Amino acid sequence: MFDFLAFFPRAVAQGIPLLFGSTGETLTEKSGHLNLGIPGIMYVGGISGVIGAFLYENSLPSKADANPFLIILIPLLSCMLGSFLMGLIYSFLTITLRANQNVTGLALTTFGIGFGNFFGGSLIKLTGSEVPSIALSTTSIYYSKKLPFADKLGWFGDLFLSYSFLAYVAVAIALIVSFVLKRTRVGLHLRAVGENPATADAAGINVNRYKYVATCFGAVIAGLGGLYYVMDYASGVWSNDAFGDRGWLAIALVIFTTWKPDVSIFASILFGGLYIIYLYLPTGMNLSLKELYKMLPYVVTLLVLIISSMKKKRENQPPEGLGIPYFREDR
Amino acid sequence: MNNKHTPLFHIRKRGMLKWYQVWKIRLIAILLALIVDAVITTLVTGLNPIDVYATIFKGSFGTPRKFWVMMQNVAIMLCVSIAITPAYKMRFWNVGGEGQILIGALVSAACMILLGNKLPSWLIIVLSFMLSTLAGAIWAFIPAFFKAKWNTNETLFTLMMNYVATQLVAFFIIKWEVPKGAGKIGIINQSTESGWLPTIFDNKYLLNILIVFVLTILVHIYLRYSKHGYELSVVGESERTARYIGLNVEKVIMRTLLLSGALCGIAGFLLVAGTNHTVTTTIAGGRGFTAVMVAWLANFKPLGMIITSFLIIFMDRGAGDISSNFGLNASFSDIITGIILFFIIASEFFIRYEIVWRKKENKEEPVQEAPIDETAKATLDEADGKEE
Repeated sequence: MFDFLAFFPRAVAQGIPLLFGSTGETLTEKSGHLNLGIPGIMYVGGISGVIGAFLYENSLPSKADANPFLIILIPLLSCMLGSFLMGLIYSFLTITLRANQNVTGLALTTFGIGFGNFFGGSLIKLTGSEVPSIALSTTSIYYSKKLPFADKLGWFGDLFLSYSFLAYVAVAIALIVSFVLKRTRVGLHLRAVGENPATADAAGINVNRYKYVATCFGAVIAGLGGLYYVMDYASGVWSNDAFGDRGWLAIALVIFTTWKPDVSIFASILFGGLYIIYLYLPTGMNLSLKELYKMLPYVVTLLVLIISSMKKKRENQPPEGLGIPYFREDR
Repeated sequence: MNNKHTPLFHIRKRGMLKWYQVWKIRLIAILLALIVDAVITTLVTGLNPIDVYATIFKGSFGTPRKFWVMMQNVAIMLCVSIAITPAYKMRFWNVGGEGQILIGALVSAACMILLGNKLPSWLIIVLSFMLSTLAGAIWAFIPAFFKAKWNTNETLFTLMMNYVATQLVAFFIIKWEVPKGAGKIGIINQSTESGWLPTIFDNKYLLNILIVFVLTILVHIYLRYSKHGYELSVVGESERTARYIGLNVEKVIMRTLLLSGALCGIAGFLLVAGTNHTVTTTIAGGRGFTAVMVAWLANFKPLGMIITSFLIIFMDRGAGDISSNFGLNASFSDIITGIILFFIIASEFFIRYEIVWRKKENKEEPVQEAPIDETAKATLDEADGKEE
């Protein structure tokens, strides 16, 4: 029997990294930059958090001494710093140096995944510490704390309150970003920059500043997805390549949601569900069927892609200037 | 003239550079990248930078075996790069090389497994070559069809096709696993070697390398001298122009992607029949993505890709040697390659643009007129050329 109460929280837990990633990417794309480096940025976000937490945990004489404030803050800040720097590399290359966005993004992903796996595999050796594996259980306890009254509210608590703070942060960021994009002057300017930078420039908007800020913010938001994955979902255990293709799915989600972070809250939970639904579908004796079920999120993405391109509604189109570098004197 | 209002520097477009000037800029970028890489390697391993490069060199040229393994890798890399090139010349962002390779590899493996004892080896080779080419072509045709008909975003489409292919391979691996429950297929037809590409001149990689070399020449000719090659670059430069001069853009897109996918399928065939003799979900090893950068670095010129794929593989294998010598994680090579790529990407800027610094004191600013002059001259030259 399909157990929705057990399924839904797991789908949410799978969906949160996707939500972070797609919100970050939406923000970036609204400024006219298609950042294919998001998968790499999410790896770097994750591993930077791990490095911060690892250094802090190992500097403690005993795990009980952990300061609850610092143990949250240090990984959080190092994660944000790591992904911010990745965003900065991307922005510098594509905005200031007007490099090809797809190539830069792919290079960033190669670099980021390599960076994550390298430090994930070599951190222990590099720091000369004597632990068998990277298991940040203490940090993870703080990161995966549920809301205090979740257990007392029955099914309601299980479905909506049983997540850690980063999950709520993800939802909040998605709502804020979508509010800013839709309802504020800054959002209007940003969309103008993404749609037609030349016009925005003529209207006196500082195009490059908007692009830089949107791209770097986007990277930081996406990086948090990596942090959530390691610290909460994977209980503080880093294993190489475990994060997998979630970064690419996050980029797919942006198109799936037609550049709307608020829609992405539901869409990412849906995708999270599709990601793990193979565990719940019957296979009988034929275990290989599971591998076919794992295709589902990708096949659904393809279908959505095809259908939305057939419909061609005006408000569902990508920003007009997406992927095109802007050079004022180029007109 | 008042300097207060002139910015410290400004940027302007360059005219066309000579090829050696372009390569000078690129070489400087690569050198800078190598210095940064050496510094990082030194920080991580404690080696001195010269030893770092000695190790990298040994990783590729140390023994004849290492040399041939490297050449084999260069060949496969080159094969994928020339495969995606026609698509990219047409501005079709095919990041699905990975999936097209995988599907080709899967079909080759299927031929070897299912026909292994029923047909002579040469026939299996011919069949698996043709079928994996076809499979790769179909895999690329699907996104091309939707792109041509409804302008569906091809970047995401091809990306998703990669994962569909991966899961398909995973499915068949469990179907055909040897022994049951092992989760992998193992070497196919190990005793009979049926369906394996033959060893020539006592070298099991040489045939692969020769095949790829011939393909590279063919793609070069196709892009440079054929009508098809011309048409696809027109579509790439401007779809509107293409339509205006009466090209059937839809047809060009689908035709080009059939070719692109077919070549990726061949890469998959070479990996299974010529190298690994098995299939895994990671057999493509990210080549579909790296190839984009290899091809882009060479400006989408097939012959230039011989150099760029060599460069990437050389660094990759060298960095791999460093990490295994020092017990570090193999992904070290990705970091090294990534940094080189960043530098080369950045160097493109200096090929296309130049920075003009603010002139000192009260000199007249000749800067403003220069670019106009150049363009005007270029137009004039062009006009002259046409009159002749």
